[in-house]
Amino acid sequence: MVKRVVVGAHYGMGDWLAQRMTALIMAIYTLIVFAVVVTNTPPTYGTWKALFAQGWMRVATLLFAVSLAWHAWIGVRDILMDYVKPDGLRLALQVLALLLIASYLGWTVQILWR
Amino acid sequence: MSSAAAKKARPKYLSLPALLFEIRLPLPGWVSIFHRVSGALLVFPFAAWLLYMLDASLASESGFEKTRSYLGLPLVKLGALVFIWAYCHHLCAGIRFLLLDLNRGIELPAARRSSVAVVAVSLLLTAYFGYKLW
Repeated sequence: MVKRVVVGAHYGMGDWLAQRMTALIMAIYTLIVFAVVVTNTPPTYGTWKALFAQGWMRVATLLFAVSLAWHAWIGVRDILMDYVKPDGLRLALQVLALLLIASYLGWTVQILWR
Repeated sequence: MSSAAAKKARPKYLSLPALLFEIRLPLPGWVSIFHRVSGALLVFPFAAWLLYMLDASLASESGFEKTRSYLGLPLVKLGALVFIWAYCHHLCAGIRFLLLDLNRGIELPAARRSSVAVVAVSLLLTAYFGYKLW
């Protein structure tokens, strides 16, 4: 059963939870990258390229990028809803933010699977 | 019979000057608003900036060397330092908010202590990475 309620409480619960789950994924990725960076000597082009050539690193970075996109969209939307009162301007800024975040995601895929 | 001191202008609205000069936020309030400011900065410009550098550094050997020397410029280092602070603060404050969501440290004394910890840890991390950068 699909419940479509556009006003009232609870309809933001999914976004709220998604923002927290994506935050957790990004925090774990941050710890992994931190460990990799701390345990290695400063990278050369060879080691840097090799790091991002590994399958797990590509997938982990993609998961990070998707989490970031989702997390950032909810955050930017909340900020715009709080501070930008004129509806038209807010809609325009939200579309701009979506385009920006979508292009980040596309760019990331392009970098990872060149 | 009211004294002059009691005759304050009412109602009081949250004007920008009031926000900037009159209302004094407690530390948890600063942690919260900086979480928002750092989040906005991370979306733009820092995410684009990092992708640009990641792109260049992985594209070719010369791109890698260019990125390395680019990161050696003083102004770029300063920008990187702001990014590092924004990331560390957003991460530390975010962990605090996740724990608050789970009702951990929700009492006022604990919440004040954790906000001090967030500011201290994120500044220490920024100092550590800043030291490594220079």
